[in-house]
Amino acid sequence: MILNVQELNFLYRNHDVLQNVAFEVNHGEIVAILGPNGVGKTTMLKCLNRILKANKGHIYLDGSEIKTLDTLEIARRAGYVPQRVETGRFTAFDAVLLGRRPHITWDVSERDLRIVDAIFSRLSMEHLRLSYIDEMSGGELQKIAIARALVQEPRILLLDEPTSSLDLKNQVEILSTIVDIVREHGIAAIMTMHDLNQAFRYADRFIFLKDGNIHFHGNFNDVTPEIIEDVYGLPVMMGSVGGVRCIVPGTAPA
Amino acid sequence: MDVIHFSDGKIPADYLGYVRIKLLWIIGGIILLFVLFILSISVGAVSIPPYDVLMTLLGQNINHKWDAIIWNIRLPQALTAIVAGVGLSVAGVAMQSILRNPLGSPFTLGISNAGAFGAAVSVIIFGTGTIQSTIADPISINNPYLTTITAFVFCMIATAIILLISRIRGASPEVMVLTGVALSSLFTAGTMFLQYFASDTQLAAVVFWTFGDVSRAGWNELGLMTILVGLSSIYFLVNRWNYNAIDAGNETAKGLGVNVERIRLFGMTISAMITAVIVAFLGVIGFVGLVCPHMVRRIIGDDQRYLIPGSCIMGGVLLLASDTVARLIVAPYVLPVAVLTAFMGAPVFIYLIVRGYKR
Repeated sequence: MILNVQELNFLYRNHDVLQNVAFEVNHGEIVAILGPNGVGKTTMLKCLNRILKANKGHIYLDGSEIKTLDTLEIARRAGYVPQRVETGRFTAFDAVLLGRRPHITWDVSERDLRIVDAIFSRLSMEHLRLSYIDEMSGGELQKIAIARALVQEPRILLLDEPTSSLDLKNQVEILSTIVDIVREHGIAAIMTMHDLNQAFRYADRFIFLKDGNIHFHGNFNDVTPEIIEDVYGLPVMMGSVGGVRCIVPGTAPA
Repeated sequence: MDVIHFSDGKIPADYLGYVRIKLLWIIGGIILLFVLFILSISVGAVSIPPYDVLMTLLGQNINHKWDAIIWNIRLPQALTAIVAGVGLSVAGVAMQSILRNPLGSPFTLGISNAGAFGAAVSVIIFGTGTIQSTIADPISINNPYLTTITAFVFCMIATAIILLISRIRGASPEVMVLTGVALSSLFTAGTMFLQYFASDTQLAAVVFWTFGDVSRAGWNELGLMTILVGLSSIYFLVNRWNYNAIDAGNETAKGLGVNVERIRLFGMTISAMITAVIVAFLGVIGFVGLVCPHMVRRIIGDDQRYLIPGSCIMGGVLLLASDTVARLIVAPYVLPVAVLTAFMGAPVFIYLIVRGYKR
């Protein structure tokens, strides 16, 4: 088990955002956090590496309670990819090298450079190494952000809507890369997502949040149209196209 | 296996070449600064050959008259220009990162205006301004220590207010910038209020004080500024990775284990201290802190590993060059350097903006 969350509570201005959230994540697993806008998906993700400090509860990251770890040690265990990626006059190589920050004491080592180089090859981005990130497309930037989290050598990836600003091809490419890397290296990933079809296709387990609680937690076979309607307030149909599971908003035509 | 291992990569030669070019720029800057330093000491009312300047600085007795000029007048002035340039520029780099704002500079937070207000209080209320009869230096402050201390106290009051509000409202860039803008206009209004009731002499003394001038500092002031600027530059250099992380966005930085609020608060306090000391000793020298970091950004990019040392050098170069020209341009009169910094910096700055980034 990489992550164990117990009775997580988070208050914002005396208003309960998260109440008694509890779940576990295992090696090689991808978990999707789903739910409507403003339900606390991002908040929950940020509690997991203490970007936000939970008011109550216990979070064990690779066996240690995160309250007892210093911030750099948390960053060596959990790689975080925020929703918005900022740019500047940096080369892609330097932007990814920044992900070695938790490991660097004074200056970069040869090993740091080798790891960054290997990630560029792994993500098939060798040609971008010396491009400036302020001249990159949204898809390339998102890959840079994911590469940055990967060179942290984390046990778990925390991804906040990793595909929200990407076109269809980039969505598929990035999600399959994440799945491959998670399986290859036996790490884990937690993603907040809006696109249920992409979630069903790439994640192993699903956590639906509603009113600050976990409304449903399970795998695809247990998800029903009723659960989705409860969470999003919209009727849906579930089916499959060419063997790929999918959901469509609306009710079946009479 | 539960930890990622990606160490099968190579050390990319093209990246190392790219890094080497940045280092060459920095080494080139240091050489330029050194050449300028010798030239600056060599020119003036009495011209001293650059080789003799170098030999005198290395401890050889070449000419007794030159000894006095070099050691007592030109050397401290040139060193003050370098130290103040480095200090204002490094404070500018830090402020631009901390405030996430390209207009960040040591003066964005209203600290220089607070210093000017302090000087006005000293001259007008405590009566420390006077008139002298020499042509080169018509108006002077008859109690420079009291004026300096008052200016410093008001700089620190402005800093304390910003720190206090940052503590209450969280050290966010918006809170700091807005508080700085408010303080800036508050102190400007205060200065105008005092000036309205001042005599001609007092008014002239206040205006004279605000013209930043590096010849005001003696060896003691220089020593104090050097220690502060030196330690601060080391602090910023040690934290270069943290500033890079902050430039990549708040959340990315936090995800990388950087204590963003603490870095912001420390960086701001240190930048404010540098500004307060320089303003108190030398008066207001604008533009260096804003422009030097941007000049360096256009040449070697935003990476703080090169930006911080590059800006330090550029600050020294710009202020020393400005001061040298200020001493020569209308000789035998000597212009305060603050007039020249903007004159020299603005055209170069505009050129760099128009040209865009170096490819």
